[in-house]
Amino acid sequence: MKLQRQIAGPVYAWLLLLPAAILMVAFTHYPIVRGVIASFFSTGREGHPAKFIGLENYSSMIADPVFWQVLQNNAIYALGVIPISVSLALFMAVCVNGRLPGRGIVRAAYFTPTILPMIAVANIWLFFYTPQIGLLDQICGLFNIPSHNWLGDTRTALGCMMVLAVWKDAGFFMIFFLAALQGIPPELEEAALIEGTGRWYYFRRVTLPLLMPTMLFVLVNATINSFKLVDHIFILTKGGPDNASSLLLYYIYEVAFGFWDTAYASTLTVVLLVILCLAAIAQFRYMEKRVHYQ
Amino acid sequence: MKKGFSKVLLSLFALVFLLMGVTAAQAAVTLNMYYPVAVGGPITKVIDDMIADFEKANPDIKVKAVYAGNYDDTRVKALAALKANQPVQLSVLFSIDVFELIDQGVIVPFDEFATSAEDKKWLASFYPALMENSKAKGKIWGIPFQRSTIVMYHNKDAFKEVGLDPNKPPTTWKDMVAVAQKLTKKDASGNVTRWGLHIPSTGYAYWMFQALCIQNGEALMNLDGNRTYFDKPAVVDAMQFWRDLAVKHKVMPEGTIDWGTLRQKFLEGATAMMWHTTGNLTAVRDGAKFDFGVSMLPASKRLGSPTGGGNFYIFKSTSAEERKAALKLIKFMTEPELTAKWSIATGYTATRADAYETDVLKKYVAEFPAAAVARDQFKYAIAEFATHENARNKKFLDDAIQSVLTGGKSAKDALKGAQGQAERVLKAYR
Amino acid sequence: MINRGSDWMQKVEVLAAWLLAFLWAAPLLYAIWAAFHPMDFISRFVLTAPLTLDNFRNAWKVAPFARYFFNTFVLVSITLVGQFILCTMAAYAFAHFEFPGKEITFLLVLVQIMIMPDVLIVQNYKTISSLRLVDTILGIGLPYMASAFGIFLLRQAFKQVPKELVEAARVEGAGWLSVLWKVYIPLAKPTYVAYGLVSVSYHWNNFLWPVIITNSTETRPLTVGLSIFGAPESGVNFSVISAGTLLAVSPLLIAFLLFQRQFVQSFMRSGIK
Repeated sequence: MKLQRQIAGPVYAWLLLLPAAILMVAFTHYPIVRGVIASFFSTGREGHPAKFIGLENYSSMIADPVFWQVLQNNAIYALGVIPISVSLALFMAVCVNGRLPGRGIVRAAYFTPTILPMIAVANIWLFFYTPQIGLLDQICGLFNIPSHNWLGDTRTALGCMMVLAVWKDAGFFMIFFLAALQGIPPELEEAALIEGTGRWYYFRRVTLPLLMPTMLFVLVNATINSFKLVDHIFILTKGGPDNASSLLLYYIYEVAFGFWDTAYASTLTVVLLVILCLAAIAQFRYMEKRVHYQ
Repeated sequence: MKKGFSKVLLSLFALVFLLMGVTAAQAAVTLNMYYPVAVGGPITKVIDDMIADFEKANPDIKVKAVYAGNYDDTRVKALAALKANQPVQLSVLFSIDVFELIDQGVIVPFDEFATSAEDKKWLASFYPALMENSKAKGKIWGIPFQRSTIVMYHNKDAFKEVGLDPNKPPTTWKDMVAVAQKLTKKDASGNVTRWGLHIPSTGYAYWMFQALCIQNGEALMNLDGNRTYFDKPAVVDAMQFWRDLAVKHKVMPEGTIDWGTLRQKFLEGATAMMWHTTGNLTAVRDGAKFDFGVSMLPASKRLGSPTGGGNFYIFKSTSAEERKAALKLIKFMTEPELTAKWSIATGYTATRADAYETDVLKKYVAEFPAAAVARDQFKYAIAEFATHENARNKKFLDDAIQSVLTGGKSAKDALKGAQGQAERVLKAYR
Repeated sequence: MINRGSDWMQKVEVLAAWLLAFLWAAPLLYAIWAAFHPMDFISRFVLTAPLTLDNFRNAWKVAPFARYFFNTFVLVSITLVGQFILCTMAAYAFAHFEFPGKEITFLLVLVQIMIMPDVLIVQNYKTISSLRLVDTILGIGLPYMASAFGIFLLRQAFKQVPKELVEAARVEGAGWLSVLWKVYIPLAKPTYVAYGLVSVSYHWNNFLWPVIITNSTETRPLTVGLSIFGAPESGVNFSVISAGTLLAVSPLLIAFLLFQRQFVQSFMRSGIK
């Protein structure tokens, strides 16, 4: 009876696991492997089947100036959006957690961008950024700042994208910080009050360390988003001007579905995967040293 | 008894087969079609009405038309559907996608099945300027449907304001610069409140650039689609002229000018003149609160504009019956009366000369001469930029143009770079 | 409360928070303004400007929003149902059973948290294509049904179910399926609600994968419909686009504003480790 139980348990477990496992392998693990393999072949075309070309796709990629531009853009984008959105989120959470008058409305305002589809808000922001007649230039006009070609200038196009991304995600991260803040036992604060601790000191030495697990979660999410969310590019600039606002995933889309060069697109995807893995490992390593679980 | 029974059975089978045959002949052919017509209330309705009329006249053909976005979106969608073996029989796609579609092996030339004398006459009835983008390897692959040229729109009220004759828009580059400088208005602190000219450089930058180049005497590619001429001196000069409009003559803002919001800017008076597709004509007419005019693009060494727009293509994966039905549909949609109606509703040109002889279009042109400008420009029009692996080469050119307009590279360097990139790609096709 | 520093500092903070809130809400407020007024007023804020519903009428006529709503609704529903079923089963396996390879398998599941199907568009498109599911709503949702995030959350929730309850059920003769149905699932209800809200929001707003998979009106969700609605060849009519955008976001927005507390609680709960 016990042996039956011993065998039956794992069998049941695997049966339960099977459907999810099949789908997950099919749409996550298998594509990763297949993509890596595809990057060593050429793209098949009518009359020319795909053939093994070794590292040729990779050398073309290294020689492709657009690839380097896109990589640089994504790096700047990530390094800008992640810290800013996370810090803003923390600020928002602290504000909304405290005795702010009109808390409910403020919280709603912060969170609303998150539930709206990026593609929808991008249309609105397109108009914001339109020179002369757009809202941003009109506001600039009030302060006598000259009209600027926000989306048409290689120096500001990427920045515009970043502002939009921060606007979209900060409220989302705020929620997680809010949850964590509300999980901090009030006794800690009372104790600090009795001892006459300064606010900033308390925040730095008590609150922040306790927020570390959430911080890790938020940072991971923010990193994934900065590589995954490219919807706004479709509406605002299509990657222009001259690829100044293009990101890696958007370039992959262009190559795969605009040029139908699936081999090169797979090669670019491999790079994206490597970056995501490195980012994950780095964050976990760094945080492991600082996480303090309650 | 058995013999009699089997006889009955046999005749029953025969009857069933006969009936099947009959119903098969009656069975509807369904045509699935993607199209990229610009969205705008009355326009999708015109297409729907045209299709409804066609279905009424041809009860054995059902047509399902799917709006798929702009030209690029529609190409992506159609190719994706074909690759996934979904039923798509014909589509309206960018005229310049012809080489890509041939290379992917998805379209079939009209010469193969439009073979009767009447068919040949029909094929010959379209404007030759438009057919240039339909021909490859000596065959005809696309039928013009929604075609255009670039025209120059100007704000007549603004002209009057600065003392220019509103009915005499500039006809040469030099004139255009002078006029634009007069029209550029600044406020007290030196910020520009109205620009003289806008030439859009996102979306279809290469199209606008083609116009400048042909006005300077150069075409950007050969008609076989396997050679580009990005770094010829006249081409570089045209690029420099475009850049100078912003930097030297200061009639245009620096950086790229967005295609999508340009019409709005013109209607709001942020720019006094704009180069844009004639396909915008009806929308501008409906939205303008001022008097405006339309004219051919100005000349440098000669007049000229690329044609633009979409053609009907029939896909290879169709049965003979489907092809017949599709041909019927295309002939219907390009009849003089219908192409005239289409032109009036949108501002696209009618695709054949006899359309302009119809009463409805004659009347329209008489009261709204702007509608004939694009057609008059056909005399000077050239094929739109089309090569093998067009999407790639277009991107090289677009990127080069944008890099010059944003001050990133010099005209010579950017175009030389693009030419090199295009060469590498097109070598294989020669 | 902690020594909050000077009153003045406090006031500055409140002001800052409010200013930020205004900036955050501004784009949406602006879209509302543009949608309800005729095109002439999109850059002029005249308070007495006439209100109009024309933009909404045009938007509704021009794109089949009703169909897009239906498609999106079907999409998020079948995706959610698929996720509930598959993730519950998998989470149960991880939480309740011991089996060889459990650790490694769970690690492999976690891979999907970092590398989502959206990032693997090239290969996933090929897979869906060979399954003949291109341009179907199932094709959009299928890659997401085995959700690592869902498995993770539910496993967490299941692990917190007190062992005594499970034992009690077993003593009463419940099989492993009954235990799942009678003990684990009811106790994990808050997690289901939380996950449900997160999933619905995510898939309602998803764009890149649906735009690749869908080709026709019958399968297009709202996000894809909005993108082609706003990108015609000749140019954009901003008032109509604002109206169309508002139409598309209104269900989620109204639901959010009405059930703000629950929404926030759910998202909060889903992040707790």
